[in-house]
Amino acid sequence: MSRSLANSNASSQSAHRLAMGLGLTYMSLLVLMPIAGLLLRSIQLPPGEYLRVLQAPETMAAFRLSFGHAFLAALFNTVTGVPVAWVLARYAFPGKRLLDVWIDLPFALPTAVAGIALCTLYGPHGFLGAPLAKLGLKVAYTHWGVFIAMSFVSIPFVIRTVQPALLNLDPSQEEAAACLGASRLYCLRRVILPELLPSILTGFSMAFARDIGEYGSIIFIAGNIPGETEILPLRIVHALECYDYAGATVLAIAMMVASFLLLLLINLLQKRQTS
Amino acid sequence: MKLQTAFFCILLCLTGLLSFFGCSDSEEPSALSLLNVSYDPTRELYQALNKAFVEQCDHEGLSGVVVEQSHGGSGKQARAVLDGLEADVVTLALGYDIDVLCSQGHLIPADWQSRLPHNSSPFYSTIVFLVRRGNPKGIADWGDLIHDGVEVITPNPKTSGGARWNYLAAWAWAERKYGSEAAAQDFLATLFSHVPVLDTGARGATNTFIQQGKGDVLLAWENEALLVLRDYPDQGCEIVHPSLSIRAEPPVALVDANADAHGSRSLAEKYLNFLYTDTAQAIGAAQFYRPIRPEAAAAEDMARFRPLAMVSIDDFGGWSAAHAKHFAADGIYDHLPRKRNP
Amino acid sequence: MNGNPSSSPLVMEPPWVRRALIAFACLHIGLLIVLPFASVLWQAFSHGLSTFSQLLATRDTRSAIALTLSIAAIAVPVNSLFGLLLAWGLTHLRFPGRRFLLTLLDLPFSISPVVAGLLFILIFGNNGYLGPFLRSHHLKVIFAFPGLLLVTLFVTMPFVAKELIPLMDDADHDEEEAARLLGGSWWRIFWKITFPNIKWGLLYGIVLCTARAMGEFGAVAVVSGSIRGRTNTLPLHIEALFQDGDLPAASAAASLLALLGIISLVSRGIAARLRKRSEALRLSAPSSTP
Repeated sequence: MSRSLANSNASSQSAHRLAMGLGLTYMSLLVLMPIAGLLLRSIQLPPGEYLRVLQAPETMAAFRLSFGHAFLAALFNTVTGVPVAWVLARYAFPGKRLLDVWIDLPFALPTAVAGIALCTLYGPHGFLGAPLAKLGLKVAYTHWGVFIAMSFVSIPFVIRTVQPALLNLDPSQEEAAACLGASRLYCLRRVILPELLPSILTGFSMAFARDIGEYGSIIFIAGNIPGETEILPLRIVHALECYDYAGATVLAIAMMVASFLLLLLINLLQKRQTS
Repeated sequence: MKLQTAFFCILLCLTGLLSFFGCSDSEEPSALSLLNVSYDPTRELYQALNKAFVEQCDHEGLSGVVVEQSHGGSGKQARAVLDGLEADVVTLALGYDIDVLCSQGHLIPADWQSRLPHNSSPFYSTIVFLVRRGNPKGIADWGDLIHDGVEVITPNPKTSGGARWNYLAAWAWAERKYGSEAAAQDFLATLFSHVPVLDTGARGATNTFIQQGKGDVLLAWENEALLVLRDYPDQGCEIVHPSLSIRAEPPVALVDANADAHGSRSLAEKYLNFLYTDTAQAIGAAQFYRPIRPEAAAAEDMARFRPLAMVSIDDFGGWSAAHAKHFAADGIYDHLPRKRNP
Repeated sequence: MNGNPSSSPLVMEPPWVRRALIAFACLHIGLLIVLPFASVLWQAFSHGLSTFSQLLATRDTRSAIALTLSIAAIAVPVNSLFGLLLAWGLTHLRFPGRRFLLTLLDLPFSISPVVAGLLFILIFGNNGYLGPFLRSHHLKVIFAFPGLLLVTLFVTMPFVAKELIPLMDDADHDEEEAARLLGGSWWRIFWKITFPNIKWGLLYGIVLCTARAMGEFGAVAVVSGSIRGRTNTLPLHIEALFQDGDLPAASAAASLLALLGIISLVSRGIAARLRKRSEALRLSAPSSTP
């Protein structure tokens, strides 16, 4: 018995290691190698290049716009996504399944199509754009357009990570809390929210990461004016198309490092939450 | 359990699909196929020209000729060729983008522009203004573009060939009008503060102006403006000819390295020479490009082209000089003071 | 399961809160998701069904559809397999640097698609590391099928793994532990305990991966060269049609692509329903609960 136990333990350990090894090899070849290539290029560049590219006021503005609006959009989707996930997980109502299917649409709609659709909708003569313009809020071709496009493409992330966590939640804890006389709100804050926090953070970080990199949908609806509505990925494209490979490399590296650090931070936060 | 089996069946099916499509890869470039990498607004032009070219080849007993097209912003297309897009011929918006294929990629010889007549440009065009029905803002010349409340649509000079011609035409006008480079720079800074959207390509800018209804004036290729008048008659747009514009020559070139590798050099040369024939010149004029030999074109097509005072790229010292001065990283365009639209 | 919406009245919100929340969810999804999509459909059908038949009649459209499908047909199984392996390994092993690896896994998400394209151009382009070698051997990677496949693999890499890791982390490791103590082989443990717990997550990951693989635009645009009828994927073809000024055709193509996505989404919904039914059957039949 003990021998077979040791055997099975060892065999499952080695199976995990094998899976891990295969997966990591694949990831290294597909993801890490190209990134290493980019890093290699970037160290060959003189430091002056970095200064030239990063100190440009338009670059700074693009950084602020991309990261700032990605944060706002992810935050917006977190605040609105949790109630939607709650509704989908907890309540029964007619049309619920239909609602559920729609949520994934931003994933199914290619970004360019989303951009075109949003632009027609929020454009100066669009269905939503015209009334909003009357109210004095221009959306298309302003930084609000960036926000709208980012919000659209990252809607599903928070909902889809929180929803299964809500379904897996043990109701007995809530019932216990309720029996002990806790108010619904107190229960929500003290019992449910802590349980949900890891998945909320995961959803937020996925949405945030996706928004920083988003390109296809934004370029259609943002004005793309340098220093005002030009997002960072577009700046890279512009550098590339002026044969400025050095500039594109610097921007790509800066963007990658910044988003990697942010993600690492969020992952660490999550670790603190879960432990 | 059944679901798990079903799941693996799906995986198997997908793998089957993979092998099926993996084997049926598309045709390889051959001596009978050409890839023409072109810029943004020439879609309709080359569609018509390629059809005529294939017909002519058929007529001469050379059947099975295929001309494939790729369109995009001029800079983007040149970069793709530089990075390995195997174009047999390039037909780009401006000479600089083809120069780059020589200076950075050694794909073509340095004397490419003198290999074909008229600076290798079988057609040319110019920059005009497209305004809304009835010209409500009263736009007549470049100076009117910077009046209060006028929104100007142009693509981004960093990425679009057409936008560079727009920029240079505006520069030429301002330099003559105000008499100094500093004043021209100031005019362009003000002009770009009136631009709410910078699209990457000329076609994108046209779509913003026409389909989204954004802006009061579109700075456009003449061919693009005429195309809009034909395709969107209900919009009632009008063309305004400024007092000074620029002779915008989009050149064509054989990409020697690729054509030799494909064995398609003779066909590619035939294709480029075809662009200078009467047939092609007439088609070009019908598609709103000014032909270099107007006698080949139909009179009613020619009647659309208004005589116009034009500078040319030579007034800027050629494309290399103009690029280095205006559009390169840290050039004048990068350092235009950013003014806010009041 | 505890996913049953009608839990005990003790843990229910007052009706007005429920109604307000439901109304909010419907409004939110309706305004932000349904409306843009409806505007695409409206454009597509504004000229009747003939737009579709004309669109499908062109060689370029058909080749774009075939190209997109074949890329997805390769990218999705490959990424699902390796995503499963990665998730399984990462959740069952503890080692230093694990958190770092988890963050690396997010990178293809956060890297802009444009940068992803740039990465591959820096390697396989004419001036890239492998460019001269490829050129001398007449091998084409970028501006051809392999390049399109590679960037698609890159951008869709994390979907399955990211979907599975939280599920595998949340799942009861006790069950697996118990099975292991009883001498179950790793394969049986995976098949009987781990897999049933994650299969819906896996399916969802695959659905997302498929949708993204078919809809990817930015990265593919950089390495495609957009040769009509050869390297234009469906999203690129849609953009080309839009730029041609043919909004109805572009919208029709877009709704076709969205349809492909919706089919996979609906199939997921049906699968979830079947699961509920099978569970309900199992619970109601007393013989199956010894």
